[in-house]
Amino acid sequence: MTPLPRWADVVLLPLLNVTLAFLVGGLIVLSVGQNPLQAVGIMLYGAFGYGSGFGYTLYYTTDFIFAGLAVSLAYHAGLFNIGPEGQAYVGGLGVILIGLALNGMHWALVFPLMIICGALFGAAWAFIPGYLQAKRGSHVVITTIMFNFIAVSMMGFIISRILKPEGVNSDESAPLEAITRVPQLRGFIELFRNSPVNLTFFLAIAALFFVYWLIWRTKFGYSVRALGNNPVAANYAGISNQKMIMIIMALAGAFAAMVAVNNVGGVQGRLILNFVNGAGFVGIAVAFMGKGHPIGVGLSALLFGMLYQGGQELAFQMPGITREMIVTIQALVILFTGAMGDMMRGPLSRMFFQPDATAGDK
Amino acid sequence: MDQILVDITLILDSTVRLAVPLILASLAGLYSERSGIIDIGLEGKLLAGAFAAAAMSAVTGSAWLGLLAGVGAALVFSGIHGLASINFKGNQTISGVALNFLAAGLTTFLGQSWFRRGGYTPQLSGDQRFNPITLPFAEELRDVPVLGQIYGELISGHNIITYVAFIAVPVTAWVLFRSRFGLRLRAVGENPKAIDTAGISVTRLRYQALIITAVLVGIGGAYLSIAQSAGFNNNMSAGRGYIALAALIFAKWRPGPALLVCLMFGFLDAIQFRIQGQSFPFIGEVPVQAIQALPYILTVVLLAGFIGRAVAPKAAGVPYTKER
Repeated sequence: MTPLPRWADVVLLPLLNVTLAFLVGGLIVLSVGQNPLQAVGIMLYGAFGYGSGFGYTLYYTTDFIFAGLAVSLAYHAGLFNIGPEGQAYVGGLGVILIGLALNGMHWALVFPLMIICGALFGAAWAFIPGYLQAKRGSHVVITTIMFNFIAVSMMGFIISRILKPEGVNSDESAPLEAITRVPQLRGFIELFRNSPVNLTFFLAIAALFFVYWLIWRTKFGYSVRALGNNPVAANYAGISNQKMIMIIMALAGAFAAMVAVNNVGGVQGRLILNFVNGAGFVGIAVAFMGKGHPIGVGLSALLFGMLYQGGQELAFQMPGITREMIVTIQALVILFTGAMGDMMRGPLSRMFFQPDATAGDK
Repeated sequence: MDQILVDITLILDSTVRLAVPLILASLAGLYSERSGIIDIGLEGKLLAGAFAAAAMSAVTGSAWLGLLAGVGAALVFSGIHGLASINFKGNQTISGVALNFLAAGLTTFLGQSWFRRGGYTPQLSGDQRFNPITLPFAEELRDVPVLGQIYGELISGHNIITYVAFIAVPVTAWVLFRSRFGLRLRAVGENPKAIDTAGISVTRLRYQALIITAVLVGIGGAYLSIAQSAGFNNNMSAGRGYIALAALIFAKWRPGPALLVCLMFGFLDAIQFRIQGQSFPFIGEVPVQAIQALPYILTVVLLAGFIGRAVAPKAAGVPYTKER
């Protein structure tokens, strides 16, 4: 098959796939007798139409950027990391432990430590599947799925039996004091009133730049991409595949754990049962939609942030539609950009190159 | 003494009940993966099957039509999976993951749109469900010590799907290891090129496997919503598809061992709430979360080759491309 021009490969094809996903989503909404265009309008208003709605959109975007990067990083090395959900959950343990240890101290001191400590916990949780893949050959997909479930049980035990203070009914840790929490932007920017977007948002933006630099501008990133494209050649070129797999998985886990900094450190101020709430899984859709590139990941994360916040608004305005429609869209995006990503490649390349032009080559 | 016997029978009885969807889903995955198609999407198909079965049964009042709808929904999901992984040669893992989310999203969304009960389908009763079948002589034998108890409680008194699940195991073993189709199925999962060279269509064979997968997992889904429970509720498969996948790996893609592993996982599930707060000699109190996580931990340990070695069918996950 003739390769497509670069712009079509990088921009047109993903865009077509995403459009297809949304078209199918629209048809599903239509099939239950609701108006998809009206739904889109309400969602757009809910996500961007007023200050606190926009703030919520950015808050969700923060989560999805980190989760998306956690999937993308591993994918560059040819690994499918389904585990950001569990990695973020375990990362929350690191965040709350350092937060509670330094409870009452100023956030300017605690925030960096939360990042480091959360990252260490998340990295450790992702390192084990990485190690098992590299040294024992067990497939990282299955292991990370299993680790998501193990994380749920383990964290459930830790939260309800160890961290839960006396006299508290719901399963959650003791709260952090206001001064220790990551400050929310509404303190400085009036526009974001009532919304939880916090300083972690800027960390997410910085992470996008960092990942671009890391993957495309360093020797390490070159090794990662070499491994992802051709493990045999990478090995022949002197790259230790085993070491790279372990490092990149740990790094992915560290990025996933930043979801915990956003939520545990910046929003809830305590460790709540199941606080990740699917954000890690959204990362899978974000990564495929954004093709693993930081620009793509940033834009897809914003799109999903919009869908999640707008979906909230939608549930109020159109009772026939639930927020789960967003999960459906998420699934369609993964399906069309991830699993069937090359479906349109054939027809597209036939459109670009007239059949008779290439017929002589074969 | 009698009380202990009653307790044991009760635990084993619920072990059987809890193992049924795992057995069906495991066998379903077995056909797919033996043919070389990785099926992470068992969870989604189980959920979609459960929803479709409950919805159809609630509307028509017939459990059998419900079962048909459950299988139908699983077939649609398998069809998409086949399209993505056989025709478009896409990534099978990603497709499976997408289908799991699709099921989670669609069942809740459609459930709310159709029934307006917060994701629940209407409560089912009577002929809308598969009810327990009392096997012949169960009543008469009740007074026979031990045997009467086992026959009456453990073997008799289950719904039809339970018996189907247990019959499906030897049938699968026969199909897989004794029939021509089974030989081809195993071959296409190990070396599709050989199958192609022999003049058999790889695509056709893999689709056939996916159809059997859908039928079995669809029945498993229907079991959840119209046999075990009386209606569908949100995310009612609750990870059973993944447990079934774990059981399949644990059983090294063989039907007999799959049955045993599913029964073991079902047993863990059954004793979970009985051991809560109880103290054991040497171990002390076992947290319920540890029991919940055990199937997953065991699978990870097995996959890592610390106890035995699980080797997947060689061509699993690789789309087959004829020579260009």
